[in-house]
Amino acid sequence: MASLLRTDDLHVSVADKEILHGIDLEINEGETHVIMGPNGAGKSTLGYAVMGHPNYNSDSGKIYFRGNDITSDSADKRAKAGIYLSFQNPVEIPGISLSNFIRTSLEQRTGTRIKLWDFKKALAKEMELLNMDPSYADRDLNVGFSGGEKKKAEILQLLMLNPSLAILDETDSGLDVDAVKTVSEGVGIFQKEKGGALLIITHSTRILEALKVDKAHVLVNGKITASGGEEMVSDINENGFEKYIG
Amino acid sequence: MEKKEKVYVDDIDRSLYDFRYEEKDVYKVENGLTPDIVNEISEKKHDPEWMREFRLHCLEVYNNRKMADNWGPSIEGLDMDNIITYIRPNTDMKNSWNEVPDDIKNTFEKLGIPDAERKSLAGVGAQYDSEIVYHNVRKEVAEQGVVYTDIESALQDERYAGMIKDHFMKLVPPTDHKFAALHGAVWSGGSFVFVPEGVHLDIPLQSYFRLNAKGAGQFEHTLIIVSDNAYLHFIEGCSAPKYNVANLHAGCVELYVGKNAKLRYSTIENWSKNMYNLNTKRAVVSEGGTIEWVSGSFGSHVSYLYPTSILNGRGSRSEFTGITFAGKGQNLDTGSKVIHNAPDTSSYVNTKSISKSGGISTFRNAVIVNSNAVGAKSSVSCESLMLDSESRSDTIPAIVVNTNDADIGHEAKIGRISDEAVFYLMSRGISEEEAKAMIVRGFADNVSKELPLEYAVEMNNLIRLEMVGSIG
Repeated sequence: MASLLRTDDLHVSVADKEILHGIDLEINEGETHVIMGPNGAGKSTLGYAVMGHPNYNSDSGKIYFRGNDITSDSADKRAKAGIYLSFQNPVEIPGISLSNFIRTSLEQRTGTRIKLWDFKKALAKEMELLNMDPSYADRDLNVGFSGGEKKKAEILQLLMLNPSLAILDETDSGLDVDAVKTVSEGVGIFQKEKGGALLIITHSTRILEALKVDKAHVLVNGKITASGGEEMVSDINENGFEKYIG
Repeated sequence: MEKKEKVYVDDIDRSLYDFRYEEKDVYKVENGLTPDIVNEISEKKHDPEWMREFRLHCLEVYNNRKMADNWGPSIEGLDMDNIITYIRPNTDMKNSWNEVPDDIKNTFEKLGIPDAERKSLAGVGAQYDSEIVYHNVRKEVAEQGVVYTDIESALQDERYAGMIKDHFMKLVPPTDHKFAALHGAVWSGGSFVFVPEGVHLDIPLQSYFRLNAKGAGQFEHTLIIVSDNAYLHFIEGCSAPKYNVANLHAGCVELYVGKNAKLRYSTIENWSKNMYNLNTKRAVVSEGGTIEWVSGSFGSHVSYLYPTSILNGRGSRSEFTGITFAGKGQNLDTGSKVIHNAPDTSSYVNTKSISKSGGISTFRNAVIVNSNAVGAKSSVSCESLMLDSESRSDTIPAIVVNTNDADIGHEAKIGRISDEAVFYLMSRGISEEEAKAMIVRGFADNVSKELPLEYAVEMNNLIRLEMVGSIG
């Protein structure tokens, strides 16, 4: 399988403090990787760095996407290349409706105008799948959304934008059982029907239950201390991180 | 939409042409604001005698009045000789497109006004199209007894001359401030609107760029009388930029709202960035009446603009919705003033201001509740967004309450554009420029919703254009 994302000895700092101390990671097309680890290990930093947040500086090392060096590309360029980040705490933006936001994103990615009718139909379909009240389409982006609705809106964007690689940053945190199930189903569609690759950042395993996992990594203090297959996830689930913290 | 843009172009076309025509033929005397010159303007306009005397009186007030201490943006760069030159333009003043600043010219092009139309600005033909549109409207409204004309024509018409005399600069007397006096001395052009009792005008009246009417159009006067139980939406379209070398706009707007009447007054100003915009707008509202101001300030180098509502009748209301966008080299001091002068009056102020690239935006507001305004209600909310660290935003609210029975609220928020929000939008494939423009448009959204559609579209275009080049 062709390599989708590859990081080579990636060092990342925020405000002159190094958080990630050399990350080597390779995700092939269609693969699902899980990053687990304690709070403060640098899991979200990895997500931001791959997405291209300007405050997360890649001091050394490289990020490749489909073989192209994207280390110094801006976030919008990376998004257009096919990377998506589902935020742990999506920002509230007044005055922009969820629907307009998704449509503008699609139009900016493709450079073509999208017919409103076709778009609305597609959006309504995905919203139904995620058990979202249709009225959310016209509401201001994330403004006043509950934690669960925010996460659903992230997955809605994932399904609508259909990237090649989705990074899910703690998408399951703060959700009730039903919401985790719905969100997980949405991610499952992305994984199975659309063949998308995933980098799932989590410290619980609830979201993984309905998903196929190819690889798992434990990230501690800015370093990957262990990597393994799906069995590692259930092991961590039962026994905790301790034995992987080297 | 296209039709509207055509109207702008045609108006500019005509005004530029007329303007140059005038300056050569009529105003070729020495500079300086003297009684002779005021007399000359008056004569040229065929003023009635009382108006001529009024102008001279205003000139006297103007000359005797010292410039007020600078409590707002500096107007030191305002060269009074230039103003006078402008009022009485000499042949040195050229209004060719080549002298139009690049930023404005580009704005125009990007606003989608076809090149061909822009070229026709030197011609006369196309402008008649817009005149016909205008007259069509005029005919329709005239059938309902509505008068919509310029002040000069109204003064010549015996049916309205008395009305003008009774109201002209009664709300904004020449003694109000130095520039009001200047306005009184040299005013020219503008609109006179009279809506008879009970007439509800469904279609808004729109005056585009009438400042460029013949003569010294920077001092236009707008006088609107909405009779009891009548309704009017008046749109003042200063959205097209100014191109001449003029550097002062001292217009005056006087609005009279009758019992249970309602007037909505919408403006978008987008002056050229060498303009000192010292405009005075005031409304007086009778029992049960409502004044609604919608005000967008985008252009000018310096603006002092505080539309004022005097709530004189029981239960009268004022609503003010405003947006100010101060870019590089701009110091825009805007806000509103409400005087509660009767029981059960209410006022509502909602403003947004945006500053970027070193622009300064100040929200200056006053709510005054007199002792007779028992049961008055007032709510003021202002939000400011600074797009970078070199820009500035200030909020200066004044609230004076002279009764024990009033309900007054004030809320102010000042913030910067959030990096996290920009990153969020960019992570979906939206460029940094567009992301910032979207956030700014979103910030302005509940104000732009109040604007007439074509102005809302234009405002969004302006925001987008203002954002271009502001990044990086």
